[in-house]
Amino acid sequence: MAASVVSRPQQKTTAPAGLLVAPAIIALVLWMVVPLAMAIWFACQRYNLLSPDNREFVGVQNFVYVLTDSSLWISIGITLMLVMSVLVITIGLGTLLAVLFNQEFAGRGVARVLAISPFFVMPTVSALIWKNMLMHPVNGLFAQVTRGLGLGAIDWFADLPLLAIIIIVSWQWLPFALLILLTSIQSLDTDQMEAARMDGANALALFRFVVLPHLSRAIAVVAMIETIFFLAIFAEIFVTTAGGPGLATTNLAYYIYLKALLEFDVGGASAGGLIAVVLANIIAIFLMRSVARNLDT
Amino acid sequence: MASKSSSPWWITLLGWLVAGLLCFPIFWMFITSFKTEVAAVATPPQLLFKPTLENYADIQARASYFTFAWNSVVISLGATILALVLAIPAAYAMSFFPTKRTKGTLVWMLSTKMLPAVGVLMPIYILAREMGLLDTRIGLVIINTLINLPIVVWMIYSFFKEVPKEILEADRMDGASTWQELRHVLLPLALPGIASTALLSIILSWNEAFWSLNLTTFDAAPLTSFIASFSSPQGLFWAKLSAASTLAIAPILIFGWISQRQLVRGLTFGAVK
Repeated sequence: MAASVVSRPQQKTTAPAGLLVAPAIIALVLWMVVPLAMAIWFACQRYNLLSPDNREFVGVQNFVYVLTDSSLWISIGITLMLVMSVLVITIGLGTLLAVLFNQEFAGRGVARVLAISPFFVMPTVSALIWKNMLMHPVNGLFAQVTRGLGLGAIDWFADLPLLAIIIIVSWQWLPFALLILLTSIQSLDTDQMEAARMDGANALALFRFVVLPHLSRAIAVVAMIETIFFLAIFAEIFVTTAGGPGLATTNLAYYIYLKALLEFDVGGASAGGLIAVVLANIIAIFLMRSVARNLDT
Repeated sequence: MASKSSSPWWITLLGWLVAGLLCFPIFWMFITSFKTEVAAVATPPQLLFKPTLENYADIQARASYFTFAWNSVVISLGATILALVLAIPAAYAMSFFPTKRTKGTLVWMLSTKMLPAVGVLMPIYILAREMGLLDTRIGLVIINTLINLPIVVWMIYSFFKEVPKEILEADRMDGASTWQELRHVLLPLALPGIASTALLSIILSWNEAFWSLNLTTFDAAPLTSFIASFSSPQGLFWAKLSAASTLAIAPILIFGWISQRQLVRGLTFGAVK
Protein backbone atom coordinates (compact mmCIF):
# COMPACT_ATOMS: atom_id res chain seq x y z
CA MET A 1 0.00 0.00 0.00
CA ALA A 2 2.86 2.34 0.77
CA ALA A 3 4.04 1.98 -2.80
CA SER A 4 0.81 3.33 -4.25
CA VAL A 5 0.97 6.41 -2.05
CA VAL A 6 4.50 7.18 -3.21
CA SER A 7 3.81 6.83 -6.90
CA ARG A 8 0.43 8.51 -7.05
CA PRO A 9 1.79 12.00 -7.86
CA GLN A 10 3.40 10.68 -11.05
CA GLN A 11 0.16 9.27 -12.30
CA LYS A 12 -0.72 12.54 -14.01
CA THR A 13 2.47 12.65 -16.02
CA THR A 14 1.84 9.28 -17.67
CA ALA A 15 -1.66 9.06 -18.98
CA PRO A 16 -1.59 5.75 -20.85
CA ALA A 17 -1.19 3.50 -17.78
CA GLY A 18 -4.73 2.21 -18.20
CA LEU A 19 -4.11 1.72 -21.89
CA LEU A 20 -1.15 -0.54 -21.14
CA VAL A 21 -3.20 -2.88 -18.97
CA ALA A 22 -6.14 -2.98 -21.35
CA PRO A 23 -4.89 -5.57 -23.90
CA ALA A 24 -4.14 -8.16 -21.24
CA ILE A 25 -7.45 -7.54 -19.50
CA ILE A 26 -9.47 -7.66 -22.72
CA ALA A 27 -7.77 -10.90 -23.77
CA LEU A 28 -8.54 -12.53 -20.43
CA VAL A 29 -12.12 -11.25 -20.31
CA LEU A 30 -12.76 -12.72 -23.75
CA TRP A 31 -11.07 -15.97 -22.71
CA MET A 32 -13.24 -16.20 -19.61
CA VAL A 33 -16.58 -14.77 -20.62
CA VAL A 34 -17.10 -15.98 -24.19
CA PRO A 35 -16.58 -19.73 -23.64
CA LEU A 36 -18.49 -19.67 -20.35
CA ALA A 37 -21.43 -17.87 -21.93
CA MET A 38 -21.34 -20.33 -24.80
CA ALA A 39 -21.24 -23.25 -22.36
CA ILE A 40 -24.33 -21.94 -20.57
CA TRP A 41 -26.08 -21.40 -23.91
CA PHE A 42 -25.17 -24.89 -25.19
CA ALA A 43 -26.11 -26.49 -21.89
CA CYS A 44 -29.68 -25.31 -22.42
CA GLN A 45 -29.96 -26.93 -25.83
CA ARG A 46 -30.35 -30.33 -27.33
CA TYR A 47 -27.33 -30.16 -29.59
CA ASN A 48 -25.33 -33.06 -30.98
CA LEU A 49 -22.61 -32.52 -33.53
CA LEU A 50 -23.61 -35.77 -35.24
CA SER A 51 -27.09 -34.38 -35.96
CA PRO A 52 -26.63 -30.62 -35.84
CA ASP A 53 -29.97 -29.86 -37.53
CA ASN A 54 -31.90 -31.45 -34.71
CA ARG A 55 -31.04 -28.54 -32.40
CA GLU A 56 -33.52 -26.95 -30.01
CA PHE A 57 -33.82 -25.14 -26.71
CA VAL A 58 -34.57 -27.56 -23.90
CA GLY A 59 -34.02 -25.48 -20.75
CA VAL A 60 -32.57 -27.43 -17.84
CA GLN A 61 -33.14 -30.83 -19.43
CA ASN A 62 -29.39 -31.43 -19.96
CA PHE A 63 -28.67 -30.65 -16.33
CA VAL A 64 -31.41 -33.02 -15.21
CA TYR A 65 -30.07 -35.69 -17.54
CA VAL A 66 -26.45 -35.26 -16.42
CA LEU A 67 -27.25 -34.94 -12.72
CA THR A 68 -29.37 -38.11 -12.76
CA ASP A 69 -26.69 -40.00 -14.68
CA SER A 70 -25.09 -42.37 -12.19
CA SER A 71 -21.83 -42.22 -14.20
CA LEU A 72 -21.49 -38.53 -13.30
CA TRP A 73 -21.66 -39.28 -9.59
CA ILE A 74 -19.27 -42.19 -9.94
CA SER A 75 -16.87 -39.91 -11.80
CA ILE A 76 -17.17 -37.21 -9.12
CA GLY A 77 -16.44 -39.86 -6.47
CA ILE A 78 -13.39 -41.03 -8.42
CA THR A 79 -12.26 -37.42 -8.88
CA LEU A 80 -12.44 -36.78 -5.13
CA MET A 81 -10.66 -40.03 -4.31
CA LEU A 82 -7.90 -39.25 -6.79
CA VAL A 83 -7.48 -35.68 -5.54
CA MET A 84 -7.50 -36.61 -1.84
CA SER A 85 -5.09 -39.56 -2.20
CA VAL A 86 -2.53 -37.66 -4.23
CA LEU A 87 -2.78 -34.65 -1.90
CA VAL A 88 -2.07 -36.80 1.16
CA ILE A 89 0.81 -38.64 -0.52
CA THR A 90 2.52 -35.61 -2.05
CA ILE A 91 2.17 -33.32 0.95
CA GLY A 92 2.99 -36.01 3.54
CA LEU A 93 6.08 -37.28 1.73
CA GLY A 94 6.88 -33.80 0.43
CA THR A 95 7.15 -32.42 3.97
CA LEU A 96 9.43 -35.24 5.08
CA LEU A 97 11.61 -34.90 1.98
CA ALA A 98 11.79 -31.12 2.41
CA VAL A 99 13.20 -31.66 5.90
CA LEU A 100 15.65 -34.22 4.49
CA PHE A 101 16.86 -31.99 1.66
CA ASN A 102 17.21 -29.10 4.07
CA GLN A 103 20.08 -31.00 5.76
CA GLU A 104 23.55 -30.30 4.49
CA PHE A 105 24.99 -33.42 2.87
CA ALA A 106 27.52 -34.26 0.20
CA GLY A 107 26.15 -33.55 -3.27
CA ARG A 108 22.88 -32.14 -1.97
CA GLY A 109 22.51 -29.74 -4.88
CA VAL A 110 22.72 -32.51 -7.47
CA ALA A 111 20.49 -34.84 -5.45
CA ARG A 112 17.85 -32.12 -5.20
CA VAL A 113 17.91 -31.46 -8.92
CA LEU A 114 17.44 -35.19 -9.58
CA ALA A 115 14.59 -35.38 -7.08
CA ILE A 116 12.56 -32.57 -8.63
CA SER A 117 13.08 -33.75 -12.22
CA PRO A 118 9.83 -35.73 -12.58
CA PHE A 119 7.87 -32.48 -12.36
CA PHE A 120 9.29 -31.33 -15.71
CA VAL A 121 8.39 -34.50 -17.60
CA MET A 122 5.38 -33.98 -19.86
CA PRO A 123 2.32 -35.90 -18.58
CA THR A 124 1.99 -38.16 -21.62
CA VAL A 125 5.63 -39.26 -21.29
CA SER A 126 5.43 -40.00 -17.58
CA ALA A 127 2.18 -41.90 -18.00
CA LEU A 128 3.68 -44.08 -20.75
CA ILE A 129 6.95 -44.76 -18.90
CA TRP A 130 4.93 -46.08 -15.97
CA LYS A 131 2.38 -47.92 -18.08
CA ASN A 132 4.86 -49.71 -20.33
CA MET A 133 8.23 -49.94 -18.76
CA LEU A 134 7.35 -50.18 -15.08
CA MET A 135 3.78 -51.44 -14.62
CA HIS A 136 3.35 -53.68 -17.67
CA PRO A 137 2.14 -57.08 -16.37
CA VAL A 138 4.56 -59.13 -18.52
CA ASN A 139 7.62 -57.10 -19.47
CA GLY A 140 7.37 -54.28 -16.95
CA LEU A 141 10.17 -53.91 -14.45
CA PHE A 142 7.87 -54.31 -11.41
CA ALA A 143 6.41 -57.55 -12.76
CA GLN A 144 9.86 -58.88 -13.61
CA VAL A 145 11.17 -58.14 -10.13
CA THR A 146 8.19 -59.54 -8.21
CA ARG A 147 8.10 -62.64 -10.43
CA GLY A 148 11.83 -63.05 -9.94
CA LEU A 149 11.17 -63.10 -6.21
CA GLY A 150 8.48 -65.71 -6.76
CA LEU A 151 5.63 -63.38 -5.84
CA GLY A 152 3.83 -63.33 -9.18
CA ALA A 153 2.94 -60.12 -10.97
CA ILE A 154 0.28 -57.46 -10.55
CA ASP A 155 -1.67 -56.43 -13.64
CA TRP A 156 -1.82 -52.83 -12.45
CA PHE A 157 -4.21 -51.32 -14.98
CA ALA A 158 -6.63 -54.25 -14.82
CA ASP A 159 -6.64 -55.00 -11.10
CA LEU A 160 -5.65 -51.74 -9.41
CA PRO A 161 -6.27 -49.10 -12.10
CA LEU A 162 -7.07 -46.17 -9.82
CA LEU A 163 -4.09 -46.93 -7.58
CA ALA A 164 -1.88 -47.02 -10.68
CA ILE A 165 -3.09 -43.56 -11.71
CA ILE A 166 -2.62 -42.29 -8.15
CA ILE A 167 0.99 -43.55 -8.15
CA ILE A 168 1.76 -41.93 -11.52
CA VAL A 169 0.27 -38.55 -10.57
CA SER A 170 1.96 -38.66 -7.15
CA TRP A 171 5.30 -39.27 -8.82
CA GLN A 172 4.79 -36.21 -11.02
CA TRP A 173 3.63 -33.91 -8.22
CA LEU A 174 5.73 -35.02 -5.22
CA PRO A 175 8.63 -32.96 -6.64
CA PHE A 176 6.36 -29.91 -6.82
CA ALA A 177 5.38 -30.23 -3.16
CA LEU A 178 9.03 -30.88 -2.25
CA LEU A 179 10.24 -27.83 -4.20
CA ILE A 180 7.73 -25.42 -2.64
CA LEU A 181 8.03 -26.79 0.90
CA LEU A 182 11.83 -26.83 0.72
CA THR A 183 11.83 -23.18 -0.35
CA SER A 184 9.59 -22.37 2.57
CA ILE A 185 11.68 -24.36 5.08
CA GLN A 186 14.82 -22.53 3.97
CA SER A 187 13.24 -19.22 4.98
CA LEU A 188 12.89 -20.53 8.53
CA ASP A 189 14.61 -18.38 11.09
CA THR A 190 17.69 -20.34 12.15
CA ASP A 191 18.05 -18.39 15.40
CA GLN A 192 14.66 -19.63 16.45
CA MET A 193 15.73 -23.19 15.70
CA GLU A 194 18.93 -22.76 17.69
CA ALA A 195 17.04 -21.26 20.62
CA ALA A 196 14.60 -24.16 20.67
CA ARG A 197 17.48 -26.61 20.51
CA MET A 198 19.25 -24.84 23.38
CA ASP A 199 16.11 -25.28 25.39
CA GLY A 200 16.55 -29.00 24.95
CA ALA A 201 13.95 -29.64 22.24
CA ASN A 202 14.65 -32.90 20.43
CA ALA A 203 14.37 -33.30 16.66
CA LEU A 204 10.78 -34.48 16.81
CA ALA A 205 9.64 -31.63 19.02
CA LEU A 206 11.52 -29.19 16.81
CA PHE A 207 9.67 -30.51 13.77
CA ARG A 208 6.30 -30.52 15.49
CA PHE A 209 6.47 -27.11 17.19
CA VAL A 210 8.79 -25.03 14.99
CA VAL A 211 9.03 -26.43 11.46
CA LEU A 212 5.45 -27.55 10.94
CA PRO A 213 3.80 -24.29 12.06
CA HIS A 214 6.21 -22.38 9.82
CA LEU A 215 5.28 -24.62 6.88
CA SER A 216 1.54 -24.43 7.43
CA ARG A 217 0.94 -21.67 4.94
CA ALA A 218 3.12 -23.20 2.25
CA ILE A 219 1.30 -26.49 2.78
CA ALA A 220 -2.03 -24.73 2.33
CA VAL A 221 -0.82 -23.11 -0.88
CA VAL A 222 0.50 -26.41 -2.24
CA ALA A 223 -2.75 -28.15 -1.36
CA MET A 224 -4.87 -25.59 -3.14
CA ILE A 225 -2.75 -25.32 -6.29
CA GLU A 226 -2.48 -29.09 -6.55
CA THR A 227 -6.24 -29.41 -6.10
CA ILE A 228 -6.85 -27.11 -9.05
CA PHE A 229 -4.60 -29.27 -11.23
CA PHE A 230 -5.77 -32.63 -9.85
CA LEU A 231 -9.43 -31.79 -10.52
CA ALA A 232 -8.48 -31.61 -14.20
CA ILE A 233 -6.23 -34.68 -14.54
CA PHE A 234 -6.70 -35.88 -18.09
CA ALA A 235 -3.63 -36.88 -20.11
CA GLU A 236 -2.51 -39.54 -17.62
CA ILE A 237 -5.90 -41.27 -17.87
CA PHE A 238 -6.15 -40.71 -21.62
CA VAL A 239 -2.95 -42.62 -22.41
CA THR A 240 -3.13 -45.35 -19.77
CA THR A 241 -6.63 -46.63 -19.00
CA ALA A 242 -8.95 -44.48 -21.16
CA GLY A 243 -11.21 -44.26 -18.12
CA GLY A 244 -11.51 -48.01 -17.69
CA PRO A 245 -11.86 -50.77 -16.99
CA GLY A 246 -15.55 -49.87 -16.90
CA LEU A 247 -15.66 -46.53 -15.16
CA ALA A 248 -12.90 -47.39 -12.68
CA THR A 249 -10.69 -44.44 -13.65
CA THR A 250 -13.21 -42.06 -15.24
CA ASN A 251 -12.84 -38.79 -13.39
CA LEU A 252 -15.01 -35.74 -14.02
CA ALA A 253 -12.67 -34.37 -16.71
CA TYR A 254 -12.66 -37.69 -18.55
CA TYR A 255 -16.45 -38.06 -18.19
CA ILE A 256 -16.94 -34.70 -19.91
CA TYR A 257 -14.41 -35.62 -22.58
CA LEU A 258 -16.35 -38.82 -23.30
CA LYS A 259 -19.57 -36.82 -23.63
CA ALA A 260 -17.90 -34.16 -25.75
CA LEU A 261 -15.56 -35.72 -28.25
CA LEU A 262 -16.74 -39.32 -28.36
CA GLU A 263 -20.53 -38.85 -28.14
CA PHE A 264 -20.42 -35.31 -29.61
CA ASP A 265 -23.14 -34.39 -27.13
CA VAL A 266 -22.55 -30.63 -26.95
CA GLY A 267 -25.44 -29.97 -24.56
CA GLY A 268 -24.57 -32.73 -22.11
CA ALA A 269 -20.84 -32.00 -22.17
CA SER A 270 -21.47 -28.30 -21.54
CA ALA A 271 -23.78 -29.06 -18.62
CA GLY A 272 -21.14 -31.42 -17.18
CA GLY A 273 -18.47 -28.78 -17.80
CA LEU A 274 -20.43 -26.18 -15.84
CA ILE A 275 -20.66 -28.61 -12.92
CA ALA A 276 -16.85 -28.92 -13.05
CA VAL A 277 -16.57 -25.12 -13.09
CA VAL A 278 -18.74 -24.81 -9.98
CA LEU A 279 -16.71 -27.50 -8.20
CA ALA A 280 -13.41 -25.81 -9.05
CA ASN A 281 -14.73 -22.41 -8.03
CA ILE A 282 -15.62 -23.55 -4.55
CA ILE A 283 -11.97 -24.49 -4.09
CA ALA A 284 -10.69 -21.42 -5.94
CA ILE A 285 -12.40 -19.07 -3.51
CA PHE A 286 -10.20 -20.39 -0.72
CA LEU A 287 -7.06 -20.13 -2.84
CA MET A 288 -7.75 -16.58 -4.01
CA ARG A 289 -8.40 -15.47 -0.45
CA SER A 290 -5.03 -16.61 0.78
CA VAL A 291 -3.26 -15.17 -2.26
CA ALA A 292 -5.04 -11.83 -1.91
CA ARG A 293 -4.04 -11.64 1.74
CA ASN A 294 -0.46 -12.05 0.64
CA LEU A 295 -0.58 -9.16 -1.82
CA ASP A 296 -0.08 -6.54 0.87
CA THR A 297 3.05 -8.07 2.36
CA MET B 1 24.54 -24.04 12.10
CA ALA B 2 26.84 -26.57 13.72
CA SER B 3 24.43 -29.43 13.11
CA LYS B 4 24.09 -28.65 9.40
CA SER B 5 27.70 -29.19 8.49
CA SER B 6 27.92 -32.46 10.39
CA SER B 7 24.99 -34.47 9.09
CA PRO B 8 25.40 -38.16 9.88
CA TRP B 9 26.31 -40.49 7.01
CA TRP B 10 22.83 -41.97 6.82
CA ILE B 11 21.35 -38.57 5.90
CA THR B 12 23.63 -38.49 2.87
CA LEU B 13 22.68 -42.05 1.99
CA LEU B 14 18.96 -41.38 2.45
CA GLY B 15 19.09 -38.17 0.43
CA TRP B 16 20.76 -39.89 -2.50
CA LEU B 17 18.50 -42.92 -2.20
CA VAL B 18 15.37 -40.74 -2.43
CA ALA B 19 16.79 -38.75 -5.34
CA GLY B 20 17.72 -41.97 -7.12
CA LEU B 21 14.29 -43.51 -6.63
CA LEU B 22 12.43 -40.42 -7.83
CA CYS B 23 14.65 -40.10 -10.86
CA PHE B 24 14.73 -43.81 -11.63
CA PRO B 25 11.85 -43.93 -14.16
CA ILE B 26 13.54 -41.19 -16.20
CA PHE B 27 16.89 -42.98 -15.94
CA TRP B 28 15.29 -46.28 -17.00
CA MET B 29 13.66 -44.62 -20.00
CA PHE B 30 16.99 -43.05 -20.96
CA ILE B 31 18.75 -46.45 -20.78
CA THR B 32 15.96 -48.15 -22.75
CA SER B 33 16.30 -45.62 -25.55
CA PHE B 34 19.72 -47.13 -26.37
CA LYS B 35 18.50 -50.73 -26.47
CA THR B 36 17.17 -52.70 -29.42
CA GLU B 37 13.42 -53.38 -29.32
CA VAL B 38 14.16 -56.99 -28.39
CA ALA B 39 16.47 -56.02 -25.56
CA ALA B 40 13.96 -53.46 -24.29
CA VAL B 41 11.40 -56.13 -23.41
CA ALA B 42 13.90 -58.87 -22.47
CA THR B 43 13.46 -61.04 -19.40
CA PRO B 44 15.29 -60.48 -17.11
CA PRO B 45 15.69 -56.73 -17.70
CA GLN B 46 19.11 -55.93 -19.08
CA LEU B 47 21.37 -53.43 -17.41
CA LEU B 48 24.43 -54.29 -19.47
CA PHE B 49 23.90 -54.26 -23.21
CA LYS B 50 25.46 -53.03 -26.39
CA PRO B 51 24.11 -49.51 -26.86
CA THR B 52 22.62 -48.55 -30.21
CA LEU B 53 21.55 -45.25 -31.68
CA GLU B 54 19.18 -46.79 -34.21
CA ASN B 55 16.05 -45.77 -32.26
CA TYR B 56 16.97 -42.13 -32.58
CA ALA B 57 17.43 -42.53 -36.33
CA ASP B 58 14.21 -44.55 -36.61
CA ILE B 59 11.85 -42.13 -34.91
CA GLN B 60 12.80 -39.48 -37.42
CA ALA B 61 12.69 -41.81 -40.43
CA ARG B 62 9.39 -43.51 -39.57
CA ALA B 63 7.47 -40.98 -37.55
CA SER B 64 8.90 -37.67 -38.75
CA TYR B 65 9.75 -36.76 -35.18
CA PHE B 66 11.04 -33.32 -36.08
CA THR B 67 7.68 -32.19 -37.48
CA PHE B 68 6.16 -32.65 -34.03
CA ALA B 69 9.21 -31.20 -32.28
CA TRP B 70 9.01 -28.15 -34.54
CA ASN B 71 5.31 -27.75 -33.67
CA SER B 72 6.24 -27.83 -29.97
CA VAL B 73 8.96 -25.23 -30.51
CA VAL B 74 6.71 -22.89 -32.51
CA ILE B 75 3.78 -23.23 -30.11
CA SER B 76 5.74 -22.75 -26.89
CA LEU B 77 7.92 -19.92 -28.21
CA GLY B 78 4.97 -18.23 -29.96
CA ALA B 79 2.78 -18.42 -26.88
CA THR B 80 5.61 -17.15 -24.67
CA ILE B 81 6.42 -14.17 -26.89
CA LEU B 82 2.75 -13.23 -27.25
CA ALA B 83 2.22 -13.53 -23.49
CA LEU B 84 5.26 -11.31 -22.81
CA VAL B 85 4.06 -8.69 -25.29
CA LEU B 86 0.71 -8.51 -23.50
CA ALA B 87 2.11 -8.86 -19.99
CA ILE B 88 5.09 -6.49 -19.86
CA PRO B 89 3.11 -3.26 -20.48
CA ALA B 90 0.37 -4.42 -18.12
CA ALA B 91 2.82 -5.34 -15.37
CA TYR B 92 4.67 -2.06 -15.90
CA ALA B 93 1.50 0.00 -15.48
CA MET B 94 0.34 -1.98 -12.48
CA SER B 95 3.62 -1.95 -10.59
CA PHE B 96 4.59 1.70 -11.17
CA PHE B 97 1.21 3.38 -11.49
CA PRO B 98 -1.02 1.37 -9.19
CA THR B 99 -4.61 2.50 -8.71
CA LYS B 100 -7.30 1.41 -6.31
CA ARG B 101 -8.24 -1.32 -8.72
CA THR B 102 -4.78 -2.79 -9.31
CA LYS B 103 -4.95 -5.36 -6.55
CA GLY B 104 -8.42 -6.44 -7.59
CA THR B 105 -7.27 -6.73 -11.22
CA LEU B 106 -4.32 -8.93 -10.30
CA VAL B 107 -6.44 -11.24 -8.19
CA TRP B 108 -9.06 -11.40 -10.92
CA MET B 109 -6.38 -12.31 -13.49
CA LEU B 110 -5.22 -15.18 -11.32
CA SER B 111 -8.78 -16.32 -10.81
CA THR B 112 -9.07 -17.00 -14.54
CA LYS B 113 -6.53 -19.79 -13.95
CA MET B 114 -9.12 -21.51 -11.77
CA LEU B 115 -11.47 -22.08 -14.68
CA PRO B 116 -11.08 -25.81 -15.39
CA ALA B 117 -10.21 -26.35 -19.04
CA VAL B 118 -12.64 -29.20 -19.37
CA GLY B 119 -15.49 -26.88 -18.39
CA VAL B 120 -15.14 -25.00 -21.66
CA LEU B 121 -13.95 -27.89 -23.83
CA MET B 122 -17.04 -27.87 -26.03
CA PRO B 123 -17.26 -24.08 -26.60
CA ILE B 124 -13.54 -23.82 -27.37
CA TYR B 125 -13.68 -26.83 -29.67
CA ILE B 126 -16.63 -25.34 -31.60
CA LEU B 127 -15.10 -21.85 -31.67
CA ALA B 128 -11.83 -23.24 -33.00
CA ARG B 129 -13.69 -25.23 -35.63
CA GLU B 130 -15.77 -22.23 -36.76
CA MET B 131 -12.68 -20.05 -36.98
CA GLY B 132 -10.66 -22.67 -38.83
CA LEU B 133 -8.19 -22.93 -35.93
CA LEU B 134 -8.68 -26.62 -35.26
CA ASP B 135 -5.39 -28.49 -35.68
CA THR B 136 -3.44 -25.29 -36.35
CA ARG B 137 -0.40 -23.99 -34.52
CA ILE B 138 -1.98 -20.52 -34.28
CA GLY B 139 -4.91 -22.00 -32.36
CA LEU B 140 -2.62 -23.62 -29.79
CA VAL B 141 -0.44 -20.49 -29.57
CA ILE B 142 -3.51 -18.43 -28.65
CA ILE B 143 -4.74 -20.96 -26.10
CA ASN B 144 -1.36 -21.39 -24.42
CA THR B 145 -0.92 -17.61 -24.31
CA LEU B 146 -4.22 -17.16 -22.51
CA ILE B 147 -3.59 -20.05 -20.13
CA ASN B 148 -0.21 -18.67 -19.04
CA LEU B 149 -0.92 -14.93 -19.26
CA PRO B 150 -2.00 -14.56 -15.59
CA ILE B 151 1.17 -16.26 -14.32
CA VAL B 152 3.36 -14.24 -16.68
CA VAL B 153 1.77 -10.91 -15.67
CA TRP B 154 2.07 -11.91 -12.04
CA MET B 155 5.75 -12.86 -12.20
CA ILE B 156 6.83 -9.80 -14.19
CA TYR B 157 4.81 -7.60 -11.85
CA SER B 158 6.67 -9.04 -8.88
CA PHE B 159 10.05 -8.54 -10.59
CA PHE B 160 9.20 -4.92 -11.53
CA LYS B 161 8.26 -4.32 -7.92
CA GLU B 162 11.83 -5.09 -6.94
CA VAL B 163 13.29 -2.39 -9.21
CA PRO B 164 14.18 0.61 -7.01
CA LYS B 165 11.83 3.49 -7.79
CA GLU B 166 14.62 6.06 -7.36
CA ILE B 167 16.33 4.89 -10.53
CA LEU B 168 13.20 5.44 -12.59
CA GLU B 169 12.54 8.80 -10.99
CA ALA B 170 16.05 10.03 -11.71
CA ASP B 171 15.60 9.00 -15.30
CA ARG B 172 12.27 10.73 -15.53
CA MET B 173 13.83 13.95 -14.21
CA ASP B 174 16.18 13.79 -17.17
CA GLY B 175 13.14 13.97 -19.41
CA ALA B 176 12.91 10.35 -20.54
CA SER B 177 9.62 9.38 -22.13
CA THR B 178 7.65 6.38 -20.90
CA TRP B 179 8.88 4.31 -23.81
CA GLN B 180 12.53 5.29 -23.27
CA GLU B 181 12.15 4.58 -19.59
CA LEU B 182 10.71 1.15 -20.26
CA ARG B 183 13.23 0.27 -22.91
CA HIS B 184 16.51 1.67 -21.57
CA VAL B 185 16.13 1.46 -17.83
CA LEU B 186 13.49 -0.97 -16.73
CA LEU B 187 13.90 -3.82 -19.18
CA PRO B 188 17.66 -4.21 -18.69
CA LEU B 189 17.17 -4.18 -14.91
CA ALA B 190 14.34 -6.69 -15.00
CA LEU B 191 15.84 -8.84 -17.73
CA PRO B 192 16.83 -11.79 -15.50
CA GLY B 193 13.31 -11.85 -14.10
CA ILE B 194 11.75 -11.66 -17.55
CA ALA B 195 14.02 -14.45 -18.75
CA SER B 196 12.98 -16.78 -15.97
CA THR B 197 9.34 -15.88 -16.58
CA ALA B 198 9.82 -16.79 -20.23
CA LEU B 199 11.41 -20.09 -19.22
CA LEU B 200 8.45 -20.98 -17.00
CA SER B 201 6.02 -20.08 -19.78
CA ILE B 202 7.97 -22.26 -22.24
CA ILE B 203 7.98 -25.17 -19.79
CA LEU B 204 4.24 -24.93 -19.18
CA SER B 205 3.36 -24.60 -22.88
CA TRP B 206 5.73 -27.40 -23.89
CA ASN B 207 4.13 -29.80 -21.41
CA GLU B 208 0.52 -28.69 -21.98
CA ALA B 209 -1.46 -31.80 -22.86
CA PHE B 210 -5.21 -31.25 -22.52
CA TRP B 211 -5.74 -28.83 -25.38
CA SER B 212 -3.00 -30.39 -27.50
CA LEU B 213 -4.73 -33.76 -27.32
CA ASN B 214 -8.21 -32.39 -27.95
CA LEU B 215 -7.58 -29.74 -30.58
CA THR B 216 -4.93 -31.31 -32.80
CA THR B 217 -4.86 -34.43 -34.92
CA PHE B 218 -1.68 -34.33 -36.98
CA ASP B 219 -0.72 -31.06 -38.66
CA ALA B 220 -0.24 -29.02 -35.51
CA ALA B 221 0.29 -31.88 -33.07
CA PRO B 222 3.09 -31.08 -30.61
CA LEU B 223 5.24 -33.67 -28.84
CA THR B 224 2.71 -34.26 -26.05
CA SER B 225 0.23 -35.56 -28.64
CA PHE B 226 2.88 -37.43 -30.61
CA ILE B 227 4.01 -39.34 -27.52
CA ALA B 228 0.38 -40.14 -26.68
CA SER B 229 0.08 -41.91 -30.04
CA PHE B 230 2.44 -44.56 -28.65
CA SER B 231 -0.27 -45.65 -26.21
CA SER B 232 -2.11 -47.65 -28.87
CA PRO B 233 -1.80 -51.36 -28.05
CA GLN B 234 -0.65 -52.55 -31.48
CA GLY B 235 3.08 -53.12 -31.37
CA LEU B 236 5.16 -52.32 -28.33
CA PHE B 237 7.86 -49.98 -29.53
CA TRP B 238 9.37 -49.33 -26.13
CA ALA B 239 12.84 -48.47 -27.30
CA LYS B 240 11.52 -46.01 -29.89
CA LEU B 241 9.06 -44.56 -27.40
CA SER B 242 11.98 -44.09 -24.99
CA ALA B 243 14.10 -42.37 -27.60
CA ALA B 244 11.25 -40.05 -28.61
CA SER B 245 10.45 -39.32 -24.95
CA THR B 246 14.06 -38.64 -24.07
CA LEU B 247 14.34 -36.06 -26.84
CA ALA B 248 10.96 -34.59 -25.91
CA ILE B 249 11.77 -33.96 -22.25
CA ALA B 250 15.50 -33.16 -22.44
CA PRO B 251 15.29 -29.41 -23.22
CA ILE B 252 12.57 -28.85 -20.64
CA LEU B 253 14.44 -30.76 -17.95
CA ILE B 254 17.40 -28.44 -18.47
CA PHE B 255 15.18 -25.32 -18.44
CA GLY B 256 13.54 -26.61 -15.29
CA TRP B 257 16.83 -27.17 -13.52
CA ILE B 258 17.96 -23.64 -14.42
CA SER B 259 14.81 -21.93 -13.21
CA GLN B 260 13.79 -23.94 -10.14
CA ARG B 261 13.93 -20.93 -7.80
CA GLN B 262 11.81 -18.59 -9.90
CA LEU B 263 9.48 -21.45 -10.59
CA VAL B 264 8.38 -21.49 -6.98
CA ARG B 265 7.47 -17.83 -7.19
CA GLY B 266 5.55 -18.27 -10.43
CA LEU B 267 3.71 -21.43 -9.52
CA THR B 268 2.57 -20.21 -6.13
CA PHE B 269 1.65 -16.73 -7.41
CA GLY B 270 4.26 -15.28 -5.07
CA ALA B 271 2.67 -16.80 -1.98
CA VAL B 272 5.89 -18.73 -1.23
CA LYS B 273 9.23 -17.12 -1.92
